[in-house]
Amino acid sequence: MNVLVPLPFVLPLAGAALAMISRRREAWLRVLAPLVVAGVVAAAGGLVAVVARDGVTAVQMGGWAAPLGITLVADRLSALLLVVSAAVLLAIMLHAVAEGAGGLGRHEPGVFYPAYLALTAGVCLLFLAGDLFNLFVAFEVMLASSYVLMTLTPTAERMRAGMTYTVVSLTSSILFLTALGVTYAAAGTVNLADLSVRVDDLPSGTRSALGLMFLVVFGIKGAIAPMHLWLPDSYPVALTKVTAVFAALLTKAAIYALIRVQTLVFPRDQMSWVMLGLAAATMLVGTLGALTHDDVHRVFSFTLVGHIGYMLFGLGLFSVGGLTGAILYLVHHIVVQATLFLVSDLMQGRTGEISLNRLGGLAQLSSVVAVLFFVPALSVSGVPPTSGFVAKLALFQAGLGAERPLAYVVTGVAVAASVLTLMAMARIWTLGFWRPRPRDAAEPPEEESYTRGGVRVMQSVTAVMVAGGLLISVFAGPLSVWSRHAATDLLDPARYRNAVLNGAAR
Amino acid sequence: MNEPALVLVVLVAVLFAAGFDLLMERSLIRVVVGFMLLGHGANLILLLAGGAAGTPPILGEGEGPSADPLPQAMALTAIVITFGVTAFLLALAYRSRLLLGADEVMDDVEDRRICAGKIKDDR
Repeated sequence: MNVLVPLPFVLPLAGAALAMISRRREAWLRVLAPLVVAGVVAAAGGLVAVVARDGVTAVQMGGWAAPLGITLVADRLSALLLVVSAAVLLAIMLHAVAEGAGGLGRHEPGVFYPAYLALTAGVCLLFLAGDLFNLFVAFEVMLASSYVLMTLTPTAERMRAGMTYTVVSLTSSILFLTALGVTYAAAGTVNLADLSVRVDDLPSGTRSALGLMFLVVFGIKGAIAPMHLWLPDSYPVALTKVTAVFAALLTKAAIYALIRVQTLVFPRDQMSWVMLGLAAATMLVGTLGALTHDDVHRVFSFTLVGHIGYMLFGLGLFSVGGLTGAILYLVHHIVVQATLFLVSDLMQGRTGEISLNRLGGLAQLSSVVAVLFFVPALSVSGVPPTSGFVAKLALFQAGLGAERPLAYVVTGVAVAASVLTLMAMARIWTLGFWRPRPRDAAEPPEEESYTRGGVRVMQSVTAVMVAGGLLISVFAGPLSVWSRHAATDLLDPARYRNAVLNGAAR
Repeated sequence: MNEPALVLVVLVAVLFAAGFDLLMERSLIRVVVGFMLLGHGANLILLLAGGAAGTPPILGEGEGPSADPLPQAMALTAIVITFGVTAFLLALAYRSRLLLGADEVMDDVEDRRICAGKIKDDR
């Protein structure tokens, strides 16, 4: 039994309990919480090493054999996403700690840290869950903490957005539960590996219906157009560091679940055109929306929606190449989207403004922030040599290699969406950074408050994230080899099945 | 699989229909009630998924085929989750009443503003 597998979610869960008990001692929380998340990063790193050595690693919790007990599985895909997510979670945590220590934040530390750690636990469990019901529980742990984080330091606006967000998420959770019940009624199991064997006996109509139900469930959670409407409405309103976590992980976790369920369990061919169509719609809606809004957070939220389309595109191709692209895109986008929101936090801190109508002259005010924005902005638009280019290239190659008319069309849409993203980013750059400050703009906050230690740390954390994004393109070679292996495993689930169903006997 | 009881199936349908109808309302209290109905519906589906009722699923208890314990365990977990989330929703409704003076879900102001602005530009 490999202890490393459950560690990434047991650790933050215990940390959350500890933080909850000692919630009044802020200084202690600021030490405890980052240490716990650092522990998760270490455990996830260890897990990558284990998976690289042994292949798919499964652990039966409590020693109950596979289809009955709770199974945790780490394969190449989940180990990779686990380590990237943990690293991003650590960076955002440090950003929040620096903000709190610098006296700049207005959040409630006694609520923020336990909720953040519980969210970490949920995300980690989600990547490791070996059965559908555990996946549901992981989603609930993650979302329940996200409801708390969303409505942190409540304002009228935040309550409004928080309500929409909570109700929409809950609706998708209920649908998830329904789909789960129907799956169990049809196949008699919810264990993913067991399910992948048993669905072969189901009539293809039932399989398609189940697949579509899960597409809707994860489509709502992952903000796939036309089920994305809640996202650009609610994300921008939360505290920026909270939005950074949400944008980086929550939707991507849903895409991970979608990839897992659609490749391992449900048939491919009939779903392909549905997904490709949805992918094209998502890309267009998201990037066009980004061009119309002038609140920087909203622009970023819409680009987030648009770029969910790319991952869905990779999944919709159902080829090793497409899935490789989707996995690379997941990794790239987790990092870059978090970076963008952290930068917008710095922008807002420096000027006290976040609307493009009133922003301006940021390049003059702070060249550091300008550089920190410029690199991830290029990356999200897919300009070489950034990580976005690597991921997009993989997707485009897969799209053109599919040799299907629909795939060609969607590849074209993807290229157009990249250009539209670049336009949206250029708009922020020209209006926010390049042009002189508008005359009616509010006075920027006192210079002195922005030379404090806290801000230095926040800027360094963001800089590290930017560097991390660049590292992805430096190590694009090994990363795409790893992703290709992960994609091969996804399309041929024999190893996954073996590890889960026969591993118990070992 | 066993034939599910028709009454339960109809009940699930009614709960879902009523739940989604209430979910569309603006008043948050109605939304909460709608969510509770949906939760009950989903839990009943889980129960239905286990097939026909049998003897208690405890080893050595009763005769004949026992009920499937797995969906019951799932329903139990789901009930706990919906319970917790309902409590949170109620707190949210209360907070919203304190802050907004109403427990109604409002329009997205920013979105409305942009729509209005675009219409003005077109003229």
